[in-house]
Amino acid sequence: MTTAVLAPPRRISLRRTLRHGLTLAWRNISQLKHSPEKLIDSTLMPIVFLVLFLYVFGGAVQGSTHAYLQMLLPGLVAQMAMFATMGLGTALNEDIHKGVFDRFRSLPIARSAPLVGTILGDTVRFATSMVILTAFGSLLGFRFHTDPLSVLAGFALAYVFYLAVSWISVLIGLVAPSPETVQGLAFLWVMPLTFGSSIMVADTSTMPGWLQAWAKANPVSHLTESLRALMLGGPVGNHVWYTLAWAAGIMLVTFPLAMRMYGRRA
Amino acid sequence: MTEVIRAEGLQKRYGATRALDGVDLSVPRGSVLGVLGPNGAGKTTAVRTLATLIKPDAGRAEICGFDVVRDAVQVRAKIGLTGQYASLDEELTGTENLVMIGRLLDFPRAEARSRARELLARFRLTDAAGRAVKTYSGGMRRRLDLAASLVNRPEVVFLDEPTTGLDPRARNEVWDTVRAVVAEGASVLLTTQYLEEADALADRIVVFDHGKVIAAGTADELKAGAGRQTLVVRAKEAHRTEQLTAIVAQLTGEVPDVVAETGLVSAPVADSGVLASLIRALDGASLGVTELALRMPSLDEVFLTLTGHSAEQSARAEEKITEGSLA
Repeated sequence: MTTAVLAPPRRISLRRTLRHGLTLAWRNISQLKHSPEKLIDSTLMPIVFLVLFLYVFGGAVQGSTHAYLQMLLPGLVAQMAMFATMGLGTALNEDIHKGVFDRFRSLPIARSAPLVGTILGDTVRFATSMVILTAFGSLLGFRFHTDPLSVLAGFALAYVFYLAVSWISVLIGLVAPSPETVQGLAFLWVMPLTFGSSIMVADTSTMPGWLQAWAKANPVSHLTESLRALMLGGPVGNHVWYTLAWAAGIMLVTFPLAMRMYGRRA
Repeated sequence: MTEVIRAEGLQKRYGATRALDGVDLSVPRGSVLGVLGPNGAGKTTAVRTLATLIKPDAGRAEICGFDVVRDAVQVRAKIGLTGQYASLDEELTGTENLVMIGRLLDFPRAEARSRARELLARFRLTDAAGRAVKTYSGGMRRRLDLAASLVNRPEVVFLDEPTTGLDPRARNEVWDTVRAVVAEGASVLLTTQYLEEADALADRIVVFDHGKVIAAGTADELKAGAGRQTLVVRAKEAHRTEQLTAIVAQLTGEVPDVVAETGLVSAPVADSGVLASLIRALDGASLGVTELALRMPSLDEVFLTLTGHSAEQSARAEEKITEGSLA
């Protein structure tokens, strides 16, 4: 018998919460190990989008697919960071309906541990997308023009943004009445953010005024511009700071809300 | 401390419905309390409140001296919960499910593994340990779920309708494991819709209806209060049914019911000693029987006596609670 059982502590320390989060992340990874086909979307999506966008828009937007590829790939990194969060809410909602979360909530672990664990476990999805995207992009002729450190910083920034946006997906997963609703809602918020940005076009000046304003303020545009600068060179400007500020802002709003919903969910 | 569960005046409403309407409960250490009631009587709400999953609107409850709201973390360290549907990860194997829970309880990796092995063996799941839970039968799932709630060697185990939906064989297996848990010293609160189940497992029974405790006592006390048992007997040879009816009438002092098509003779009995007298009488008359049983009053009969309305009526009225709680 462990001492923890004999003398239960009143509060859960941050270190234990992190360890519990990692245990639950291991759960997600074990699931993928048993059914690797669950990774098929993260594997194929980067390839499909890269090929489609490149050959549909390349000639029209940039005059040549090669020039367009350089600009498109960092944008797709941002897009995949957004798309990778979509499955999270659905998985969470299923956990709640199947009663798995009841089990977690009856254990002496921090309330945030199952949510943190789900997000950390889903990192596999994000990483897979990134690796496939970069590898397939390189095959088609994409090259990084900066040093490895900057490239790494780019991916790290995309990951931080992904973690923040994940909480939106988590929040929806917690409040939605069914997994299907979560999916429907995911499209509603992911699509305008993803496509109303500078992911596909570096020049937003041909957009109507309202859309320009949206694309300019859109955190996905800031992330995309940061990634272009960090991967292709050129001035980074304030885009990295805007991206980080947005990430922090999103977390500050969604994390407490998610914790409240999670506590209320009976 | 002699009481491991103590609840006073628990209240919980969902909209206009009172799921718990002032519930008092008390469970002495090492005993089994059966919470009996129809669907939606408030049994599940009571369990979820005591297991810290939901907060009561009013009233208080303590588990092993810890308040379920204020000291929720300590309470969770003392309890094991098996809900109505198996709360397991379907994609993971039996071993993985139990190891995960051990790790969440801060067991070192090796200890989590050995505890998982030990529980799987005890619940006769060793052969299925490496298979994904989604391939398990209903009874196996229920057993694994029970194992999952015992990883932390809880002092108090909550079982919410542990056998609902199981076939008789799987049900008996779950009963055996519940008895084993009690033998190891845990106290159990179990909810059920079946008087028979409460009778088989519980030391004391409380009956829930409309979020209130409407009766409490031992199974015998409840049955005695709820009306009599029914003697059911059938003659081996159909033409002797009349003779059998006469014997039953004489022994019970009642006019027996006779089903002409099946030859089934039944009569209410006040005293279960009648069974022995009947066997002697049958023997004396050389009258063979194919069926002979003393049937307990059903939950419906207990309910009717206690509340004046049938359990089904109550369940219909309370369905709104379930809907309300999901909204």
